[in-house]
Amino acid sequence: MLAATVRVTRDLDLAEEAVQDAYVQALRTWRARGVPARPGAWLTTAARRNALTARQRQRTLAAKLPLLIIPAEAEPAEAEPAQAGPAGTAPEEADDRLRLVFTCCHPALSIDAQVALTLRLICGMATPEVARALLVSESTMAARITRAKKKISIARIPYAVPQRAELPGRVGAVLMVIYLLYTAGHTAAHTAGAGDRLTRDDLSDRALDLARMLRLLLPAETEVAGLLALLLVHHARRAGRTDADGRLRLLEDQDRDGWDRTLIAEADRLITASLTAAPPGRFTLQAAIAALHAQAPTYAATDWPQIRLLYDRLLEIWPSPVVALNRAVAVSMSDGPAAALVLVERLERDGRLAAYPYLPTTKADLLRRLDRPAASAAAYAAALALTENAAEREFLAARIAALRPEV
Amino acid sequence: MADEALTKYAVLIFERDGNDMPPEVIAEHERLPQRVKEQGGRITAGLALQGNETATVIRGDLVTDGPFLETKEVLAGIFVLEARDLDHALALARMTPIINGGVEVRPLIDFAVVEED
Repeated sequence: MLAATVRVTRDLDLAEEAVQDAYVQALRTWRARGVPARPGAWLTTAARRNALTARQRQRTLAAKLPLLIIPAEAEPAEAEPAQAGPAGTAPEEADDRLRLVFTCCHPALSIDAQVALTLRLICGMATPEVARALLVSESTMAARITRAKKKISIARIPYAVPQRAELPGRVGAVLMVIYLLYTAGHTAAHTAGAGDRLTRDDLSDRALDLARMLRLLLPAETEVAGLLALLLVHHARRAGRTDADGRLRLLEDQDRDGWDRTLIAEADRLITASLTAAPPGRFTLQAAIAALHAQAPTYAATDWPQIRLLYDRLLEIWPSPVVALNRAVAVSMSDGPAAALVLVERLERDGRLAAYPYLPTTKADLLRRLDRPAASAAAYAAALALTENAAEREFLAARIAALRPEV
Repeated sequence: MADEALTKYAVLIFERDGNDMPPEVIAEHERLPQRVKEQGGRITAGLALQGNETATVIRGDLVTDGPFLETKEVLAGIFVLEARDLDHALALARMTPIINGGVEVRPLIDFAVVEED
């Protein structure tokens, strides 16, 4: 409904107000005359009419205040009277949603602002909720959202689906926001009190909903399918990530019976289609790797050579040191820990991962497997110094204790 | 499309140093207004700045040699663009010939000058 209303107003604040007014009107009218046959359509129509009225007022001001948003396209037809049938047909609603997604995830906004706007305007979360979910104070979040809306209005960030030529890049930005949302929910950093729980399921659920929605809106984009598949596999395995006490469990120690096979099968279908349809993008490759893990009967019996191949391709299109580190883990399983240690030490010298706790964690694990307990314990200690998440800290401390039984 | 539907943006051109513009860059700049027009936008003003070393700064009462900020990239030129929205403005600004730098796109406040009759 908000999305449909923004199309009329081209102004987020105005649209939000119009929607709120529509709810108030509904309470009043429905109490007197009963709930209409299609309450959603009634609300959308009412909100649009409110928006149009408000915009007429604004139009008068516009001569004096040139910064107000003026629609770039032709005027939409006057809104029909309330209860007058299909206010927003399904495809139109879908288009509106998609436009709103591209506005909220516009690269001209900071990534923090993109994430906040997505939760606020697409997921419909209230500002205090968004603040809690992203672990910042309410006033910081309110200011962040206000600034972002101001930039949308003043710089005239369009409320439109990008041109074909720009679409892949812009879709990439949207996918990044959804992915960040999911990971923020998946591993909550130890800050502002909420960090002791390893997952904030709510945020991850929202991200998954968004990925599903985008998949419906952009069925031809294989990377959308790739991201949805990746999130589905993560989600399928989330029950096994922590034990009954909330402690982190390594992939190799997880109870694979607890994984959701239906979600994994759904992901697998998406991946197969995306891998064959086009040169696969990063999310499709990541999903394929995750799915191979999810489908393996045990950690040892995983198809490590295939995973290593997928990492080789991923590293080609996405030369990130984090990818290189994950590839090293796959190498350790397909070619042995000594070969992997060479790669990890190269990454250490590279320096870009100096603050990344999973680098010393990985090194520690390789050293442990190479039967060098003292060096391994030192690496775990280095990882501990870089980790804030309570569940992960506990895990690292336990590893160090196990390596130094004599102390 | 009526002019009122267009928004004004400044395109600030930043370059790494004050090298003279090569002739092909100058030629590109000369072609730019026409290319922008073909894409539905309009360039209403364009200025190139003389080199950084020619700047003079006034701060408070003090007059010193410039530039105002010591940065690796200096403001080398500026033009005013009218476009439908930010995406349109960015697509047009992308056509700016650049030697070794980039451009910044900023919406402008249009102080409409009211001419007295």
